[in-house]
Amino acid sequence: MAAAVSYATIPRRVGRPTLVAAIVVVWIALFTVFRGRNTLSLAASQVTPLHTWLNQLNTSVGTNRDTNPLFVYFFNEIQVGVTRLVTIVQALISQPALGRPLPLIGWLGVVAIATLVALAFGNGRVALLTLVGFVFLGLQGLWQESMDTLALTLVAVLLSLAIGIPLGIWAGLSQRFHGLVTPVLDVMQVMPTFVYLAPLTLLFLIGPAAATIATLIYAMPPVIRLTAHGIRSVPIETLEAAESLGSTRLQALRKVMLPMAKRTIVIGINQTIMAALAMVTIAALVAAPGLGQTVVQALESQDVGTAFNAGLAIVILAIVMDRVTTAASVRVEAGYRAAAAPGGAARARRPLLAVASVLAGVAVYVSYTYEVAAQFPSHLTVGAHQFSLDVGSRIISGTTTATAWAQRDLHGLTSWITNTVSYQALNPLQRLLDDSPWWVSFAAIVAIALVVGSWRAAAVAAGCLTVITGTGLWQDSMDTLAATLLAALAVLLLGVVVGVWMGRSSRVDGVLRPLLDAGQTMPAFVYLVPFVALFAASRFTGVMAAIVYAAPVAIKIVADGIRGVSPTTVEAARAAGSNSWQVITKVQLPMSVRTLALAANQGLIYVLAMVVVGGLVGGGALGFDVVAGFSQISLFGKGLAAGAAIVMLGIVLDRITQAAARRADAGAHTYQVG
Amino acid sequence: MRPPITGLPRRRPIPRFRIAAALAVGLALLTACSGAKVGGTAGGTVAGGSPATKTACGTLSLADNPWVGYEADVAVVGYLAHTKLGCNVRVQHITEQVSWQGFQSGQVQAILENWGHQDLKKQYIDTTHVAQDAGPDGLQGVIGWYVPPWMAQKYPDITNWQNLNKYAALFKTSESGSKGQLLDGDPSYVTNDAALVTNLKLNYKVVEGGSETALIQSFRSAQQNKTPLLAYFYSPQWFLNEVPLVKVNLPPYTPGCDAVAAKVACDYPAYQLDKIVSTSFANSGSPAYTLIKNFTWTNADQNTVAKYIAVDKLSDDAAATKFFAANPQLEAAWLAGTGVS
Repeated sequence: MAAAVSYATIPRRVGRPTLVAAIVVVWIALFTVFRGRNTLSLAASQVTPLHTWLNQLNTSVGTNRDTNPLFVYFFNEIQVGVTRLVTIVQALISQPALGRPLPLIGWLGVVAIATLVALAFGNGRVALLTLVGFVFLGLQGLWQESMDTLALTLVAVLLSLAIGIPLGIWAGLSQRFHGLVTPVLDVMQVMPTFVYLAPLTLLFLIGPAAATIATLIYAMPPVIRLTAHGIRSVPIETLEAAESLGSTRLQALRKVMLPMAKRTIVIGINQTIMAALAMVTIAALVAAPGLGQTVVQALESQDVGTAFNAGLAIVILAIVMDRVTTAASVRVEAGYRAAAAPGGAARARRPLLAVASVLAGVAVYVSYTYEVAAQFPSHLTVGAHQFSLDVGSRIISGTTTATAWAQRDLHGLTSWITNTVSYQALNPLQRLLDDSPWWVSFAAIVAIALVVGSWRAAAVAAGCLTVITGTGLWQDSMDTLAATLLAALAVLLLGVVVGVWMGRSSRVDGVLRPLLDAGQTMPAFVYLVPFVALFAASRFTGVMAAIVYAAPVAIKIVADGIRGVSPTTVEAARAAGSNSWQVITKVQLPMSVRTLALAANQGLIYVLAMVVVGGLVGGGALGFDVVAGFSQISLFGKGLAAGAAIVMLGIVLDRITQAAARRADAGAHTYQVG
Repeated sequence: MRPPITGLPRRRPIPRFRIAAALAVGLALLTACSGAKVGGTAGGTVAGGSPATKTACGTLSLADNPWVGYEADVAVVGYLAHTKLGCNVRVQHITEQVSWQGFQSGQVQAILENWGHQDLKKQYIDTTHVAQDAGPDGLQGVIGWYVPPWMAQKYPDITNWQNLNKYAALFKTSESGSKGQLLDGDPSYVTNDAALVTNLKLNYKVVEGGSETALIQSFRSAQQNKTPLLAYFYSPQWFLNEVPLVKVNLPPYTPGCDAVAAKVACDYPAYQLDKIVSTSFANSGSPAYTLIKNFTWTNADQNTVAKYIAVDKLSDDAAATKFFAANPQLEAAWLAGTGVS
C-alpha cells in the first residue's frame, strides 16, 4: 500500500495515457513479429492432466458419498436441516400442507403480511408498492410459482444474514480476518455458479437444499462486506471516547459500532436479497421450485412470452424488496439521528401499525379459511358480470407479437451491427490478445496494471496471470478478456451518458430507474432467444447480454456521483457563465472522477458475471468451457479450471480499477457510494 | 441506491390507510359470507397428489431433462403411472448429468431417454451399481450436420459433404474468420465435429453455439431470412416438425470407424436411446418399473406428443390423453404385466 501511494504521488513528466499508448504500440509491434507463436491454444474437447485429475476427484466424491463420515454426519445433516426450513416456509405460503389442498396462508394473507412488513420497516409509499406488486403476481397467473421463489429466497437470505452478519462484524473488527476473508468473498462472487452447481448436488442432493446453498454462496458476500465496511467506518475518536468512559469491547460493539453501522448493514441486506433473486433461474437447473422452472421450461419450446411473464414476476419481487429495504435503511438513518431527541414521529406511527397488524391478522385468518382468499381467483364475479383477472395471457401474447416483429423486421439492421462490431473491434482486439505469444500479452497486461494501477496491482496481475497459464486455458482466457473489455467499455460509455442525464434530472431518474432495475434482475435466459435471433449465435450476443446486465449498475453509480457534486459548486460555475456542457465536462465529471473509476470497476465485475451466459449463445471461450463442464462429466475438470480462470481475470481487473480509483481519489474530493 | 426520500409526510398516510382498511374489512366480510371454505366439500380445488389408497406403487420419481421430446416421454409414462397405477408421480426438472447423480440418493428412479453417455454408464452402472439399463425406448437418435430446407432447394448438391468446400464462402460469419462456419449446439453431446472438419479437409471452423436454444433459434432465423447455416442437429426433435431441416451426408458410418476420436472421418452412428433406472427401483417390485420396462415407442409418436406440448400448448396430461385416445394399443402394451388393464 505504501508503495502504491508513493508511486502515485510522484510527479511525472510523461502522462499515464501516453505510457499506456506506448505499451500498446510495443505490444502491436511484437504481435506483428511473433503472431501465432506460443499462443497456448487448447481445442474445445481437449483436456490437460490437471482437468483429468479434477474429473477423478469429482467421480470419487460421487462414489464415496454414502460411506464417507464427512457426508453421513455433516453434509447430510445440513441437507436435512435446510430442506426442512424450506418445506416449512413452503407449507406456510406456497405448497399444500397438513392435509389441506392449499398452503396455510393464502394470497390475501401473504399480501397483507408483506404490506404490513413494508409499512413497519419502510413507509406508506413502499407499503402501497408492495400491495400492488404482490397482487400483480397473482394477476399474472403466477401466484404459486412466485411464492415458491419467495420461500426459497427468504430461507437463503435469512441463512445468509445469520452467517454473514457475524462474519462481517468479525471482519470489521479484525484486520487479519478481513485480509483472509476478502479473497474468499471474491471467489464466491465471481466464480460462475454453473461450476459448482453439479458438485453441490453431489454434496446436498437434488432439490431445495442444493438450490438454497448455491444461492447462499452467491448472495452472502455483499452482507459480509458491507457489515465489515460499516463497522470499520465508525470514527476512531467515537470508539476512543466510548472506551475512555469505561465501555468494554463488547459494550462498545453493541452500543456504539452496531448502531452506527446499521444503515450500511441494511444496504448489505438489500444487496444480498438482490443477489439471491438473481439466482432464481439457475437454481431451477437443480430442481428448485418456483419462477425459474417456468422460465427454463418455457425456453425448451422457445416460448419467449411465457418466459418473459415469469421473468417479469422476478423483476417485480426484486423491485418491491429493493424499495422496502432501501426505505428501511432510510428509516434506520433517520431513527439514529432522532435517537437523541425523543421524536414524536415514531410514537405517531404506533396506532397505525397496531391497526395494520390487526387487519393483517384478519386477512391471514380469512385466507386460511376461505377459498377465494386462499387461491388467487382467475376472475371476479360482481352480480351477473364476470371480470377476467388474467393479465398473464395478455403479457405473454404481447411479448410474442413484439419479439416476432423484432426478429422479422430488425434483422437487417441487427446483423449489420453484429458484423460491424465484430470485424472492426472485437476481432482485432481478440487477435492482439490471443494471437500474441503468451509472454507478450502477459508482460503487456502487467505493464498496463503498473501504469494505470499501482505496483501492488501489477504484482497481483502477474500472480493471477500465472495461475491462468496453469489452468491450461490461456487462449480462451484472452478471448474472454477481449469480449469483457469491449463490453465494459460500452458499459462505461452508457454509464457516463445516461448517468449524467439521470443525475441532472430527477424526472429522468424516476422514469429510467425501474427500467434499470428490470435490466439487472430480469433473468438473462429470457432475452437470450430474441438476442440470438437478432444478433446470431456469436460473441457479440454475449457482449450484448453483458451490457444489458452491467450497464444499469454503472449508470446508477454515475448518476449518484453527479448528484453528489455539491450544488454550490455547480451554481458558482453557472454564475461564472458556464453553459450546461461546460458544467458537465468541466465541473461535474471531473469532480466525480472517483465515481467513474468505481463505475468502471463494478461494470467490469458485472460483465464478467455474464461470461457464462455468453457461453450459452455463442460467446465461446471460458464461458463455453464452464457450460460444457456442467453438461459433460468428462469436461468437469476443464469447466472448473475455466471457472478459476474467470475468477483470476476478475481479480486482475478489480485490483487494477480499484488502484486507479484510489489514486483518482487522492486528488478529487472524497465521495462515498454505499 | 435510491436517494433518501426527504420530507416524508408523517400524518397523511393514516387517513388514506383507513380507507384501505375499511375496504379490506368489507372485502373480508363479503368473502366470509359467500366464500367456499378451504378443504370443504363445496370447493373443488384439488392440488396434485392422489390419496394413499393404492399403495402398491407409492412415489415414482422421474427425471425430466430439458428438451421437449423428453417431456413427451414423461407426459405419457407419468400419465399412465398416475391414472392407472395410482402412483404419486414426482417429476424432477434437472439436466442429464445431475439426473444420474440422483440415482444414488434415490431422488431419481428413472431416466426415460438417455443419449449415450458412456462415461456416466461406466461410473453408475459398472462401478457403483446404483443404476441399471432398462432397455431401449424405441427412439432412434440421429446426429449429424443439417442445413435449412431453403438451402437444400436452392443448392441441391449441398447435401453431399464433398461439395461443402464449394459453398464454404456462403457460410462465412463474423465468428469463423476466413472459413465457413459449422455451428455446434448443446455441449451435452460429445461431438466429433472438429476432428471431422480436419480429417475430411473441409474449409470450415467449428463455432460453439453453446445451447440447444441458440441452435434452434439460429435455424429458425436462417429459414425465415433465407440466410445460410450449417449446424449440428439431431432427431427426434420437435423443431423438425416446424422446420424440416435437411441432413448433409457425411461418409457413411461403419462399425469401428469412430474408434479413435482424433481420426474420425465418418458420419455419426444411429443411437438407440435407452432407459436407465435406479437399482433399488428395479428391485422394488413396483408396477411402475414394469411400465417403464415396457415403455417403447417411435420417433414419430414422440414428435406427435412433443408437438402437442410445444406448438399446441397442451398440458402434459392433456397431450397424453389425446395421444392414448388415438393409440389404445400402446397403452395396453405398456400396462401389460402391471396388473391393470
